[in-house]
Amino acid sequence: MQQFANLFRRLDRTTKTNAKVAALADYFREADDQDKLWTMALLSHRRPKRTVNSKLLRGWAAELAGIDLWLLEESYHVVGDLAESISLVLPPPERSSDRSLSEWIAIVEQLGTYDEDGKREAVTDAWRELDTTERYLFNKLITGGFRVGVSQKLMTRALSQATEVEETNLAHRLMGNWTPHTTTFDELINSESATDNISRPYPFYLAYQLEQEAESLGTPDEWQAEHKWDGIRGQLIVRDGELFVWSRGEELVTDKYPEYHPLAELLPDGTVIDGEILPYANGHPLGFNVLQTRIGRKKVNKKLLQEAPIVLMAYDLLEVGGEDIRARPMSERRELLEELLETHDTQGIVLLSPIYEFSDWKDLAAERETAREKHSEGIMLKRRNSEYKQGRKKGDWWKWKVDPLTIDAVLLYAQRGHGRRANLFTDFTFGVWDGDTLVPFTKAYSGLTDKEFNRITAWVRKNTIDRFGPVRSVKPHHVFEIGFEGIRKSTRHKSGVALRFPRMLRWREDKPKEEANTKADLLAMLEMYGGEDL
Amino acid sequence: MGNLLLFISVTNAMALLEFTDRGIYCARADVYIDPWKPVDRALITHGHADHSRWGMKAYLSTHSAGPVIKYRLGDIRLQTVGYGEVTTINGVKFSFHPAGHIIGSAQIRVEYKGEIWVASGDYKLEDDGLSEAYEPVKCQHFITESTFGLPVYRWTPQEEVFADINDWWRANAAEGKVSVLTGYALGKAQRLLHGLDSSIGRIYTHGAIENTNEVIRAQGIKLPDTIRVSKEINKKDYPGQLVLSTPGAVGQPWIKKFGQISLGAASGWMTLRGARRRRGADRGFVLSDHCDWPQLLEAIDLTGAENIYVTHGYTAIFSRHLRTLGLNAVELETEYEGELAEMETKQETMKG
Repeated sequence: MQQFANLFRRLDRTTKTNAKVAALADYFREADDQDKLWTMALLSHRRPKRTVNSKLLRGWAAELAGIDLWLLEESYHVVGDLAESISLVLPPPERSSDRSLSEWIAIVEQLGTYDEDGKREAVTDAWRELDTTERYLFNKLITGGFRVGVSQKLMTRALSQATEVEETNLAHRLMGNWTPHTTTFDELINSESATDNISRPYPFYLAYQLEQEAESLGTPDEWQAEHKWDGIRGQLIVRDGELFVWSRGEELVTDKYPEYHPLAELLPDGTVIDGEILPYANGHPLGFNVLQTRIGRKKVNKKLLQEAPIVLMAYDLLEVGGEDIRARPMSERRELLEELLETHDTQGIVLLSPIYEFSDWKDLAAERETAREKHSEGIMLKRRNSEYKQGRKKGDWWKWKVDPLTIDAVLLYAQRGHGRRANLFTDFTFGVWDGDTLVPFTKAYSGLTDKEFNRITAWVRKNTIDRFGPVRSVKPHHVFEIGFEGIRKSTRHKSGVALRFPRMLRWREDKPKEEANTKADLLAMLEMYGGEDL
Repeated sequence: MGNLLLFISVTNAMALLEFTDRGIYCARADVYIDPWKPVDRALITHGHADHSRWGMKAYLSTHSAGPVIKYRLGDIRLQTVGYGEVTTINGVKFSFHPAGHIIGSAQIRVEYKGEIWVASGDYKLEDDGLSEAYEPVKCQHFITESTFGLPVYRWTPQEEVFADINDWWRANAAEGKVSVLTGYALGKAQRLLHGLDSSIGRIYTHGAIENTNEVIRAQGIKLPDTIRVSKEINKKDYPGQLVLSTPGAVGQPWIKKFGQISLGAASGWMTLRGARRRRGADRGFVLSDHCDWPQLLEAIDLTGAENIYVTHGYTAIFSRHLRTLGLNAVELETEYEGELAEMETKQETMKG
């Protein structure tokens, strides 16, 4: 674990990409194969199965630390991370340990076979011999989800430096549904062809948000424009008569979308389509929240299939007849995609994302304005001669999102942030006027600079009216412009509306609270943009 | 919170010290301790901006805190006393006792007819070798901070922290980088200086820090040699050396002149991974001039006090814990800010 803890400390210390890659590459040169494999798994969100629930962990930690449970809970609330809170409240270790990462993981996995006493003994024994960083990592192995700012891309680059296998090949090999139990380091790194694992997807090519004027991109004829459909990006694979559907988060979601299953027969082997898993009925897309009802479900029932029907809106073709065509130009891939869908009847399961022909950027800007009513997030721009790259790359693909909806609201409640922002008030609740009272309608956490968060934190401390646990009500005074992507009716929220992606766009220090928007304004927006989603 | 203040001043109407919206007040002697609004007479625990404010008609502090307070507040009426020396005002006895927080910092003991209060300002139990070391003072009423009043805050001994800092400097020097280490101009900066290994290289200082250093050296306290960063210095002189900077200067163009740097931040907040990342420092060193959780509890135990008033920090949590220990503890809303203020008063640190 010491070796892995050293790696973690080096990664955690720096925000610089090169330093992270160097730390990882050093580790991949020195660590043993099984540790390397587990490190790769952890960094690509393949963590061991959860074997202890966090309630038990809290109880044992409080006991070992000699503090009341509520005190641990309060600490957790301030720190924002249970694994870290526990690692800090425990007394210093009694001994040291030279068990490797893989050995610790084996211990964690074995916990599942123990009864509660056995689990406690094993976990508290571990705590007694690990230092603060090692404890934190051990806890994370149990609770899952630790982030060190290492993307799959950085890890792949480091691995490539250490193994001298080309980065793009590695990227491909690391995708798919392997775990350290189903493969070895050698097998994973040196497997030669994509058919080793017929489910293996290609890395997604992701676009950056267009910040400059669209005109600056050059002449319209260099670009392909289509709507940025508001579903989940997905990759659909048919190989050897089998179908696989991957979401952008590299999750294999084939079982969640049975509508696609006939495609295993309808599409030829060796076909990979990049598209959008999109809720769709009667000839047009539905709102994203319709799809949301399906995201968390492993099994889907008939009712859900009827209420939230989906299609695949196809954007791109990555493999045809078993051949990887990602290096061919966009225009050619598009032609092949059109040809594929013309020659194969998918029974309406796969639709072709329409290209919007434009000769003038102004035309396209006008089309973009229609995005919200078409349930799209804006316009996607792809250079006609671009190849299909991997990861987020600037230059050839841009998303040109529609401007957010906005409303001016008054700050009503504040709460300390978590993790990185534990010392600051960053979680805010906002209200709009309903007659002469302010009614809360949304929370927002992001959008201010650190400097602004410092200032508002100082203000909140001096203008607290009341406290409710960690939440403080503050004097109604400050107005913020809240931006959001959508609005819909909600029975779960007191205000009757729910916003999508609310965030603070601007601190309106120029605006007195009396000039904030009203509940009537909010309802008018609901009427205008939220209608279909009821 | 206004209600809480009112409640305490009413129920303690006969108390020796009360908590008002101007600060901690002794009605019998008509003096305030660390007031945050202008008053006639102020007793000052130490020179940090949230405890020592401008606008009082007369100030009283320790001899060793005096020069810095004068330097920061300008032309004020300041009288100073030695540690342990008793000043009697209308029968109330006031005395200053070492708090171990920064040079000259004091706990203020207030006694009248056998009733003893101690206002501790900011304090720490670990002897940093520079500040007058903390001494416990027996009392019945203890006013304490709780900047780090959570069980997640446990400091490692300073020798280990300084060994880490010096190793970091050495490693940077080997790579030809400049080590930029941040700490508040008053207190943390001098403590860092005291712990740095000058044999590794030269130590340069930000103007705000060097101004404070000069004041402190002038009162006869020895600090390692430092060089004030100035335009006259050749940029090629910096690689391998260490620059002591205020936290505020790091975001300024000032920092650009050093070329390739590694940024280190020294603060109690660096315990938390989130805080380390928020500061964007390459290295966070956990070093504080405040008590950690065990020290706070030890200090309170050493006073023997049964009535504890918690002024700043995690006041609600810390006082609740004290109540579970059987103490009569209340939280107070004050304008003291502890290490937060020391880290974030950028305007002030930029003045020099």
